[in-house]
Amino acid sequence: MRVPLSWLRDYAPFDLEPTELGRVFDDLGMVVEGVEHVGGGLDHVVVGRVVEIELIPKAAKIRKVLVDDGTGDPVQVVCGAWNFEEGAKVAFAQVGAVLPGDFRIGVRKAMGVESRGMICSAKELDLGEDASGIMVLSADAPSPGTPLREALGIESDVVYDLAIEGNRPDANCITGVARDAAARLGLPFALPGAAVATGAADSVSENGLASIRVDAPRLCPRFTATVLTGVTVGESPAWLQHRLRLAGMRPINNVVDASNYVMLELGQPTHPYDLAKLAGRGLVVRGAEVGEVVRTLDGVDRRVGDGEDCLICDATGEPVGVAGIMGGASSEIDSDTTEVLLEAAAFDPMAIARTSKRLGLRSEASARFEKGTDPSGIDRSVARFCELVGTGQISGPMLDDRSGLQPRQPITVRVARVNSLLGTGLDGATIAGYLEPIGFVSHQADTAGVLDVLPPSFRPDVELEINVIEEVARHHGYAKIVRRVPRSPEAGRLTTFQRERRLVRQILVGAGVDEALTPSLVGPGDLERAGQHDSVIRAESPMIQEESILRTSMLPGLLRTLAFNAARRTADVAFFEIGKVFHVPSGDVGRQGLDATLPDEHERLAAALGGSRGGAPAAKRLWDTLVEGLRLANVTLEATESPGLHPGRTARIHLSGVPVGQVGEVDPSVSEAWGVEGRVGWIEVDLLGLVAAPRRSMEEQPLSRFPSSDIDLAFLVPDAVPAAEVEASVRKAGGDLLVDLRLFDVYRGERLQPGVRSLAYRLRFCALDRTLTDADVAAARSSVISSVEQAHGAALRG
Amino acid sequence: MNQPGDDPQRAEEAGSGYDRLADVRRAGLDQIAQAATVDELRAVEAELLGRSSSLAELQKGLGSLAPEARREAGRAVNEARVELAAALAEQRARLVEAERATQLRSERLDLTEVPYEPRRGHLHLVTQTRDELEDVFVGMGYTVAEGPEVETDWHNFQALNIPVAHPARSTQDTLFLAYGEPESVLIRTHTSPVQVRVMQTQAPPIYSIMPGRVYRKDTPDARHVPTFHQLEGLVIDRGISFADLAGTIEVFTKAYFGPDVTSRLRPAYFPFTEPSAEYEISCVICGGTGCRTCSGTGWIELGGCGMVHPNVLTMCGIDPEEWSGFAFGFGFDRLAQMRHAISDMRVLYDNDIRFVSQF
Repeated sequence: MRVPLSWLRDYAPFDLEPTELGRVFDDLGMVVEGVEHVGGGLDHVVVGRVVEIELIPKAAKIRKVLVDDGTGDPVQVVCGAWNFEEGAKVAFAQVGAVLPGDFRIGVRKAMGVESRGMICSAKELDLGEDASGIMVLSADAPSPGTPLREALGIESDVVYDLAIEGNRPDANCITGVARDAAARLGLPFALPGAAVATGAADSVSENGLASIRVDAPRLCPRFTATVLTGVTVGESPAWLQHRLRLAGMRPINNVVDASNYVMLELGQPTHPYDLAKLAGRGLVVRGAEVGEVVRTLDGVDRRVGDGEDCLICDATGEPVGVAGIMGGASSEIDSDTTEVLLEAAAFDPMAIARTSKRLGLRSEASARFEKGTDPSGIDRSVARFCELVGTGQISGPMLDDRSGLQPRQPITVRVARVNSLLGTGLDGATIAGYLEPIGFVSHQADTAGVLDVLPPSFRPDVELEINVIEEVARHHGYAKIVRRVPRSPEAGRLTTFQRERRLVRQILVGAGVDEALTPSLVGPGDLERAGQHDSVIRAESPMIQEESILRTSMLPGLLRTLAFNAARRTADVAFFEIGKVFHVPSGDVGRQGLDATLPDEHERLAAALGGSRGGAPAAKRLWDTLVEGLRLANVTLEATESPGLHPGRTARIHLSGVPVGQVGEVDPSVSEAWGVEGRVGWIEVDLLGLVAAPRRSMEEQPLSRFPSSDIDLAFLVPDAVPAAEVEASVRKAGGDLLVDLRLFDVYRGERLQPGVRSLAYRLRFCALDRTLTDADVAAARSSVISSVEQAHGAALRG
Repeated sequence: MNQPGDDPQRAEEAGSGYDRLADVRRAGLDQIAQAATVDELRAVEAELLGRSSSLAELQKGLGSLAPEARREAGRAVNEARVELAAALAEQRARLVEAERATQLRSERLDLTEVPYEPRRGHLHLVTQTRDELEDVFVGMGYTVAEGPEVETDWHNFQALNIPVAHPARSTQDTLFLAYGEPESVLIRTHTSPVQVRVMQTQAPPIYSIMPGRVYRKDTPDARHVPTFHQLEGLVIDRGISFADLAGTIEVFTKAYFGPDVTSRLRPAYFPFTEPSAEYEISCVICGGTGCRTCSGTGWIELGGCGMVHPNVLTMCGIDPEEWSGFAFGFGFDRLAQMRHAISDMRVLYDNDIRFVSQF
């Protein structure tokens, strides 16, 4: 909200430096988002009187003008505007003036004619939008040479741009900001105009000129209408227009401007109708019927009634506006209007918020109504409006229906509670003292240490004790609250899972793999391109399509990462990512609230190895590094086919029999589809499965003090038999004496039959209690050989 | 020279051949001195002291001498053998040393010829930041809580005192999922639903932080990416006050940013806390004098915080009269951005190896 300092000073004598005052706003939670200095650039701009206008030969657009600027002889300038006559008073920038936008006025020449100054448009002086011609001052403007600033009553000013929080409906207007800051600074504060009492609290629904009826008091707790007759529609006074502009609004006419001014000043939106255009000369407030259509001021037909929408209708029941949000075009004020009916009402904030959201329609009025306005401030706002319109007179009593108004109850505020929540030691009087200048009335309750606090009508947000406590904290000042640090009764620590996840990262980083983070959402086609065809969960109305589908696999993100780097001539990269994947669960899904079934969500670890670092063997070695680093036990790999992965180069990983994921290589057609060349090594495992898997015993295994013996054995094994099975047989037959087993060579080639490869193992035998004899080793050797030959149709290679 | 072998008279007395002993010795010493390599020396040694060497012959011939002469000759032969052996050992040591020196010279290696190709990966900056922050809070006695990224509207909004159509609900930021009832399931817009889950499942006292990934519908630019990371903290205990909140903010910002950093709080509004505050730290770039990073204010806005709203406690099954607490939160991608002077946030999620390997 734009808040001019000069305007604030109407209500309290602020004399702090603008920067200091800005700090006060910040400290009260009205955050200064910008400070603008306005009214500058008017030095050496004076009232000028056009003495003579002369055509310039051959010049179609410009004329020579002699201007009396109060300095003696008239000054000659060249001017391109034609909207003035001799004798007109104009805004004249003398040589030496620096106009807004750092535009320096010097001596120039046009078509051979010297120009010693400039006749300015409103836009050039930053005094309005009009750039169609120069700014013509009224005939009774002060004499030539008078500074323009003085002639127009413009002060140089500071405009704060304040961010007003949702729980500060009172601060959505200039007086609200002034009240809060004055309270903090201990300055006197006074509202403008009079609080005109409407007299009896009883409803007045008809006054001979117009009528009102409220059919929906819950949506509209108070509704008033005031009739002004004999109104002349015209321009507002310059000072009022100037203030509207400073506040960021465009002046329209005196009626609309007065309405806007009141809203800015007091926070009460009002709506003026041309009474003559209102059928039946009355207003009815009612809920919308399903499917009703209202044409709003912006010319759009809006379907209402799909929820609880409140309408303002004429006396025949025909809608003339959406209550609190936007009026209709049919009863707009125009230059012929003489009878004005001013609507000033209070609406249910939540209903306004819902309707505004449903219709996708927001306005200055709805922004205020949805945060809550002051139903008791309506009288003052109406009086102020009538004062500002400047013409016409109030006719008949204000029509007023306040049947929906609920009386406010005092809030019980416990002094001890205030102090225990704030960490302060305030007494009741101090608390009451903070609250009093911002309109809260406190009384000592019957119980000691308890205040009964009645919040002001302009704070509809304050309903609970905690709301009052916040006001106390705000006006006490957050900075004055001492600081201390609470002590946790427990030792802080990561969970086992969290520690192990860090370990996994460290192992991978140690193995030369970099960490990537990619979005949990992928674009249409991404998963399919990665060979994934699980059913997916999509976003409703995503902003960017590239992030509109929850990923079911880590493939798209990491393949994109490899492609991104390859495109920058770095193909030899290895990346891992730890992140969530999402799947549609079986069974009932997505009921409301606490019972809702959420998608299956799993944290995965994936690694993609590209370029010269790629391929299934590299992936297998990286997996082994993880196995070793995590000390995993009972790890088995089993050839498998998995979507998106190479059907002949992928293994399913089992940890103690539980499948946790795959290791291998990305299907070449998939990597190609992602623009990644070469064999891409791939690991994708369930992180929880990995961390939860059994580990090797932590107990020390005794070391032998006796020498060991090594033997090498090469077997011819059919390709169909996995090396892992041969190894298992060797281990089993070797028994306890076999302390180490290594596959040191795999050979396929012409010297062997097709479909058979040679697997060469080095076996190390050792006993804990003795030196093995040649006979011991020979026995173990033959046991291993016969076991492997029998189990796998293998033969010892001669 | 006054050695027995040098005495021609005694040699002569010792009998035939023994008179050559001095020559053998002298020649042997010459040979030893002339050996240029360990291998040559080994040949010399065989020749001088081997089974068929002159000394060996003389040794064998001792038996044929008279006892008196045998003793004399034997001693002379032995002395010659000892002398030659010593010379051999000395020469061998010299040669070995020389050869080793030659070998080492030949093995000279310019270590700067070995290319810089470290096989060491790098943790993502966001992970590094998260780990560091987690360590700060673990050191303060907090646990680290996690929860689902896909949440119910109830956990993300309603339990946090943000009913449907509440103005504070920034629906335009929220990515709802086409899943279950309309607008019932979403990608969490903050990590606060984890607070709700912790409060529902864990009896106070609670001292926890909730780091994690969140999502807001946003067009990516230099300062915003739709996917980012937040860390929230939650403390629920008896007698917890705003003073505890302010002190905790001060302590953790100092622990993370350094002892020179100060913090301040100013009033703000969040439906789930009251009183609420935004907290700022003195600018880590300029130290508070004003610069571009802090838009000249000297302060950098970090996040929101406040006392947990009694309605939230009640909804999560905690009695607000018995327990009170505070919560705070901030996005930590931005912390990484500040610390590393990253001009464009989007680079964090490009996973460009040239960027990743810098940290």
